[in-house]
Amino acid sequence: MTGDKPLLLVEDLRTHFAAEGRTVCAVDGVSFSLRRGETFALVGESGCGKSITALSILRLLPEAGRVAGGSVQLDGTDLLALPETAMRDVRGRRIAMIFQEPQSSLNPVMTVGRQIGEVLARHRGVAGAARRQRAVELLAAVGIPDPERRVDEYPFQLSGGMKQRVMIAMALAGEPDLLIADEPTTALDVTIQAQVLELMRELQQRTGMAMLLITHDLGVVAENADRVAVMYAGEIVETAAAGEFFAAPRHPYSRKLFASLPGTAKRGQPLATIPGSVPPLGSAAAGCRFANRCDRAEARCRIETPPWVETATGGARCHLVLEDEGGKGKDEGGRMKDEGKTAAGDQPSSFSPQPSALLEVSGLKVWFPVRKGLFKRAVGHVKAVDGVSLTLAAGRTLALVGESGCGKTTAGKAILRLIEPSGGKVVFAGADLASLEREALRRQRAAMQIVFQDPYASLNPRMRVAEIVEEGMAALLPTMEATARRERTAALLEQVGLPAEAALRYPHEFSGGQRQRIAIARALAVNPRLIVCDEPTSALDVSVQAQILNLLKGLQEELGLAYLFITHNLAVVEYLAHEVAVMYLGRIVEQGPTEAVLANPLHPYTRALLSAVPTVDAARRREVLKLPGDLPSPLAPPDGCHFRPRCPQARAECAASYPAARRRGVDHWVSCHLYDEG
Amino acid sequence: MIQPVILWTDALIFLLLAATVAFFLYARRQPHLRDPLRRVARSRVGMASMVVLAAYVAIGLLDSLHFRPALPGKPGAGVQYAVETLSVLDWLAAPLREQVEKTYSAPLATHAYAKEVVELPGGGEARDFPRLKYGGAQLADPAADKWPDITTRAFKAEAMALAGWFLAAVGLCAWLAQRGGEGLSAAWRDVWRGKTPIPWRTGLLTWGALLLLAFPAVALSTHYHILGTDKVGQDVFFQTLKSVRTGLVIGTLTTLVMLPFAVLLGIMAGYFRGWVDDVIQYLYTTLNSIPGVLLIAAAVLMMQVWMESNPDLFDTVAARADARLFFLCAILGVTSWTGLCRLLRGETLKLRELDYIQAAQAFGVSHGRIILRHILPNLMHIVLITVVMDFSGLVLAEAVLSYVGVGVDPTMQSWGNMINSARLEMAREPMVWWTLAAAFLFMFVLVLFANLFADTVRDAFDPRARR
Repeated sequence: MTGDKPLLLVEDLRTHFAAEGRTVCAVDGVSFSLRRGETFALVGESGCGKSITALSILRLLPEAGRVAGGSVQLDGTDLLALPETAMRDVRGRRIAMIFQEPQSSLNPVMTVGRQIGEVLARHRGVAGAARRQRAVELLAAVGIPDPERRVDEYPFQLSGGMKQRVMIAMALAGEPDLLIADEPTTALDVTIQAQVLELMRELQQRTGMAMLLITHDLGVVAENADRVAVMYAGEIVETAAAGEFFAAPRHPYSRKLFASLPGTAKRGQPLATIPGSVPPLGSAAAGCRFANRCDRAEARCRIETPPWVETATGGARCHLVLEDEGGKGKDEGGRMKDEGKTAAGDQPSSFSPQPSALLEVSGLKVWFPVRKGLFKRAVGHVKAVDGVSLTLAAGRTLALVGESGCGKTTAGKAILRLIEPSGGKVVFAGADLASLEREALRRQRAAMQIVFQDPYASLNPRMRVAEIVEEGMAALLPTMEATARRERTAALLEQVGLPAEAALRYPHEFSGGQRQRIAIARALAVNPRLIVCDEPTSALDVSVQAQILNLLKGLQEELGLAYLFITHNLAVVEYLAHEVAVMYLGRIVEQGPTEAVLANPLHPYTRALLSAVPTVDAARRREVLKLPGDLPSPLAPPDGCHFRPRCPQARAECAASYPAARRRGVDHWVSCHLYDEG
Repeated sequence: MIQPVILWTDALIFLLLAATVAFFLYARRQPHLRDPLRRVARSRVGMASMVVLAAYVAIGLLDSLHFRPALPGKPGAGVQYAVETLSVLDWLAAPLREQVEKTYSAPLATHAYAKEVVELPGGGEARDFPRLKYGGAQLADPAADKWPDITTRAFKAEAMALAGWFLAAVGLCAWLAQRGGEGLSAAWRDVWRGKTPIPWRTGLLTWGALLLLAFPAVALSTHYHILGTDKVGQDVFFQTLKSVRTGLVIGTLTTLVMLPFAVLLGIMAGYFRGWVDDVIQYLYTTLNSIPGVLLIAAAVLMMQVWMESNPDLFDTVAARADARLFFLCAILGVTSWTGLCRLLRGETLKLRELDYIQAAQAFGVSHGRIILRHILPNLMHIVLITVVMDFSGLVLAEAVLSYVGVGVDPTMQSWGNMINSARLEMAREPMVWWTLAAAFLFMFVLVLFANLFADTVRDAFDPRARR
């Protein structure tokens, strides 16, 4: 390995897109280098041009895009000058790529073995029995159990995590020098993400390949990267060695990104936000591209394009870094953490006596029948939610946490009776929702609302914002007059931080964060007391997520709303929730006050989940408790404790019966046989 | 003195026209409809096909204004009206309608197509091609004068066409100039350099081509049978013009009948699911399994029997033929809603799971309102695309059904009937080819441009087709 000579050298790369007769500059002068055995992370929010950079390196741009300038050198060969035929030998053989979505990156009608074999045949010339043998070896190398059998299976027979492993195996088949991983774990659950990331680290150590990791998740970067580059609006605004970057980010944008990450440390105080949203690709103007959102922007930031300032391990593109060089930057980084600590210390105990419950869910069940045969007889049930009990008081936030497929969204919708529950009670303000008739339920609907995950799917594209917001009022408060409705709409839009003229526009004219604000305004329109927030920030960028979390928190203080917050993001839970309930396979395995559960997790699943979350703070990093395997199917949950097959501490009695909920500490409940005695 | 007559299909055609105008007025205020419609208008293919289709529609509408002329009666007595129902087109094309020859004659012919025994001027008889009664009757020496005469007439007509076209072009530019607040010459320049957002140049060129074809056709048709005559000596050009209305009625009214079924049942199946879905699915699966032609033939025959047993319901022959056309549309509509219904059911199934529908449910919005406000607007593009694409298929279906003998009334002019009668003529020696050719040409142009138009509409409205 030659440490000094870079494997990949990208210089002043410019990629242009032709869109509606104009040229959009998606990547604008990006330069970086990558050595063998090194992991280089390209971080940025959506639309900053990081994926386009990767595609430009491989020359796989969509039709409208073209590389307008710069050079990409792999071991001294200029990839941009190669003919297409030679480029095909580079792709897969020298540079391999893993995509974000394992579902759509594998061909559903080819067996896994044949898909890997394709790469082997093309780049390694392996044929016949040797090809199959090598495919099995590769599958074994990426940790797929029983590779002999799996090699003949089709993608639909594999889980999401396994598919991503197959993708990695395919990428490794050509024994590449460089692996480009574009958001390799974004579509995966945290416990699976931890497995995949560890696998990638391991493989890198073994093969000595270089890795270009593209991600928006600072936690993933902190745990994997050697060096980091932050991209913003098509430019790299900062590069640094990972350790230095996380200790003291230089560029104001990087600092803001850290400050807007939610977490325990920031409880009780509003998150720092970056005003506005990520600019659309190619909206370049004179001066610094971040100037409009930067709180430290000066007059010259808007006029002069900032120079690239070299530092010891990297550099930054900011006027202020020049002056900051020397200590101020570190100060701020340190101060940020201090603030966090004091805030955590001052945090009033949430063990205060609770007001009476607004929502009491007991034994809620949602079973979807599985029908087969001519007469569609139910032959079994998918127990999506299987006996969930919760209590939520006015003005409080209860977080429902779990991995995808654990039934948390179904539970949320069943509480609102958007999905008919199969059993159990949902007592809301004294009335059992689960047994109400249609008309009586309709009257109750004003008091409970929902905010959805995807702000693009939750607003009708054919309606104006005013119509969207007024719909609930028209349905539930029919006595309200049109003028009163219009006034209330204007007031609501102001409350969620949107301009009044937004009322007359259509949803597609707004960004994701603004759409989520519209969705919140719509929910607020009918004066609800409870809002079910179904992953309201998971489709948003970090900086925008902070805005929405602040908004939700402010509204709770102002209006005394209760939130049932459904999420898989534990950092958001730490920041926002008073109580937390952890779900696994349709049941709650542990619940209690947030501090208690997160500081002292009792259930082995909770512990594994917490340890798998990548964190930017090296001091808080724990050893990842590896969970073998995937979430079992809720159609046939394991006997006894559902978590038993994956549990490192499983015992004999775990197979015999499902553990009852035991109380450990104030309001801290856990369902695990480990806590049977005492 | 005339007595206006409103036939069933006339009423529906004007209802449809009113509905279309209302739809455009509504769409102007809805960006999700306005923008794609604007894209249709701005596409060159769309513009050209709209001009051609507009010409067909104009013929069809002229043929849909029916009346009964007054008979010359004795003064003092009440006015008597003719039994025959005429349309404005019949009235405009009176020479074509009335100049009936004895039997077949080739296009632009002056003599009949078959030899007959004719009396010679000097007495005596011979077998020869007799002169036609009307075709080229003004010519003293047909052999020598026919082509010069035709050429002169055609040239004169072309000159008039060019003049007319120029007037239209100047008129359009003047209107554009007034709207854009610029000079006439500037507007003229913009149009010809193709700088206007709406491709007026394409529109004007298509319009010019149409005029250059139509003027000579009209000018010649008064003195010749430009597309020949059929077995009973009727002008084929006139028949093809009359067939336009039949084709349009079948293509549009059928969709009008089919839409309520397809939209209502499709949305209900997708939205309510459960037993509603089962019933509707069962219905269209069953309907789809019966061969379409069989079903239509059975229905048409039943209808025919019923009409024959109730002759007093229809006061004129035209009313009778029209009722049969209307029933045919209804039958075609009832049997052809399944495709669109299935499409809409699938789309509704997808839509009802979307968050905004669930948000509306969380507000307790009633099912009817959810369907009207959330689901229907999001399905409109599918409906529109299907209607436009089905049109040409239905025009062709009419031809097939009439050929088989279960189509429109035999007394009604339609391309299907023309083709049906041409079947025997093709076997003649020498062959009588012009009936088939005329029907084919007119139908082909209509279907071609309808398909081009449908493609443009699909490209404009299909969210997936957008780049």
